[in-house]
Amino acid sequence: MSADTIQSIRDGLKNKQFSAVEVAREALAFAERENPKTNAYLLFSSERALEAAERVDKKLAAGEDPGLLAGVPVAVKDVILTKGVRSTCGSKILEHYSPPYDATAIERIEAAGGVIIGKTNCDEFAMGSSNENSAYGPVRNPVAPDRVPGGSSGGSAAVVAQKTAVVSLGSDTGGSIRQPASFCGVVGVTPTYGRVSRYGLVAFASSLDHIGPFARNVHDAATVLEVMAGRDPLDSTSAEAPVPDYASHLNGDVRGMKLGVPVEYMKNATGETADLIHKAIETLRGLGCEVHEISLPATDYAIATYYVIATAEASSNLARFDGARYGYRSPSSGTLSDMYRNTRGEGFGAEVKRRIMLGTYVLSHGYYDAYYLKAQKVRALITRDFTNAFQNVDAIVAPVSPFPAFKIGEKVNDPMEMYLSDIYTITGSLAGIPCMSVPCGATADGLPVGLQILCNHFQEQKMFRLADAFERTCS
Amino acid sequence: MKLTETEVRYVAKLANLNLTPAEVDGMVHDLGSILEHMDQLASIDTDGVEPMTQVLYEAEETATLRPDVERAPLGNEAALANAPASGSGYFKVPKVIER
Repeated sequence: MSADTIQSIRDGLKNKQFSAVEVAREALAFAERENPKTNAYLLFSSERALEAAERVDKKLAAGEDPGLLAGVPVAVKDVILTKGVRSTCGSKILEHYSPPYDATAIERIEAAGGVIIGKTNCDEFAMGSSNENSAYGPVRNPVAPDRVPGGSSGGSAAVVAQKTAVVSLGSDTGGSIRQPASFCGVVGVTPTYGRVSRYGLVAFASSLDHIGPFARNVHDAATVLEVMAGRDPLDSTSAEAPVPDYASHLNGDVRGMKLGVPVEYMKNATGETADLIHKAIETLRGLGCEVHEISLPATDYAIATYYVIATAEASSNLARFDGARYGYRSPSSGTLSDMYRNTRGEGFGAEVKRRIMLGTYVLSHGYYDAYYLKAQKVRALITRDFTNAFQNVDAIVAPVSPFPAFKIGEKVNDPMEMYLSDIYTITGSLAGIPCMSVPCGATADGLPVGLQILCNHFQEQKMFRLADAFERTCS
Repeated sequence: MKLTETEVRYVAKLANLNLTPAEVDGMVHDLGSILEHMDQLASIDTDGVEPMTQVLYEAEETATLRPDVERAPLGNEAALANAPASGSGYFKVPKVIER
C-alpha cells in the first residue's frame, strides 16, 4: 500500500490524493492477495469496510472532522466481537458464530473513522504463545515463513508486519500482544488494566485480559490506544481516569528519565537477544536516560502464579460454551449431560482442554487454598515488586522474550516449555501495568527482537515518549 | 506422576469435558509436569499477604456503578440467532430430567 501510516492516510485524504473508499479497496485487494503467504486473516469484512470508508468520504465532503483514524485500514483479532461479522476466536466451537453486537473498542474505532477490513487468526480463545493452537491453521511469520509469528495475537502482529493492515487490535492476557509484536518486528501495546473496555472481548482470564493495538510505529499505536481508551459503562472494570492526548506529546525528550533494568530478567538472557537488549539500553543511556540496576525478586514465581490464575479464570469463563445458546452442538446430545460433555470434548482444541482441566483442578475441593489462593497472594508480591521499583525509576526496560521467533512445530509437543517462553511478559500482566514492545533490531538471521518498556499504572504517556525517542534514534 | 488417571477423569467430569482415552493419557503427563512446576508456590512465604483478586491502583474516584438508565436489550430474535436449536422464542435443549 502506498499510504501505510495513519499520518500518510490523513494527509492523502486531506490533499485529495485518494478517497477513503479507494484506500479501503486497495487495502482489501492487497490483503486478500498476500494472505495465503501467512494465513493471518481468517475473514475479510469487505462490505463493512466499504460502508465505513463511505461514511468517512461523506464527512470529508461535508467538511466535518472525519476522526483520528479516518480511512485507516484496521484488522481485528478474532476474539473481539464484530456485529454480523463472523467471530470464531480461533475455535471450531464458534465456527459459525455471528455476534449480535459490537465490542466497545470496535464501536470507538469506527466512530473515529477507522475501517475494519478483516478478522485475524489467533490461538484458540487466545491461549497460546505461537498461534499454532488455532483451529484454522497456524500463522506464518512474514519475516521468516518457517517460523511462528508468536501468540496469541499472531495474526494481528503478522498483518501489520506484512503491511496488509495499517494497524490492528489484539488482546493480551500474559503477553499475547508484546510477544508477537517482538517476533514480527512491530510495535505492540498492552495498556493499563481497565484502560480499554473489554465489553465484547471474549473472556479468557477476566482479571488479566486487555485489548491493545499493534502498529508499525509508536505514534500510530498511541493514536489507536487514545481512540479506544476511557470509561465504558458496559465494563465495570474500565477506569474513570481521563484519557490523555497520547500521540501529540511525543516530543523525543527523555533526558534525565530514570530507567530500571531488572537483574532477574537479564541473568538468564544470553545470545543475540541479550546483546540487542544491552545495545538498546546503551542507546537509551545515550539519549540522556539514567540507567539503574533493579531487583524484582518475585519474578521467578510468575509463571506458576500466572498459569494457576489464568487457567482458573478460564475454566470458569469457558463454561458458557455448552452447546445451548450459540456455537457448536455435538450430534451426540441425547441427554443434557451428553450435550455438554460431547459438545465441549469435540468443540475445543487440545490446549484449551488442557487449561480448562488445570483450572478446574486448581479450583477443586482440597486444592483451592494450595493453588488458587496461594497464587493470588504471590500475585500481590509480584505487584509489590513493581510498586517498589517505580518509587525509584520512571520506567523498566527488559527483553520481551528470551529468544526470537522459533520454528513452527518446535515447541508444540511440550506445553511446559511453551509456557516458560512467557516469562518476561507475564509479570507486567499480573501487575496490570502498561507495557509494550518496540523493535530494537534483528539477529544475524534477520529475526526481529523487541525491547519491552513497562511503566506504572496509567503512565502510558511516559512509556510512549520513551518508546518514541528510542524509535527515532533507531530509524 | 503427580496426577493419576482416576483424578484426570474426575476433573474432566467436573469440567463437563468428554476426553478420549488418548487425551486422558496425555493429560496425566502434561498436567503432571505443569503441576510440578506450580508446586514451587508452596515454598513462598506469603504470611500476612492479602490475596490480589483485582488489579488495584491509586485513583481519585472509582465509579463501580453506572447510572441506572434504560437501555434497549438485545432482543429475543438476536439472542436466539446463533442457537443450535430454538423454538417459540426459547433455546431448545435435550431433556433435563434424565441427567
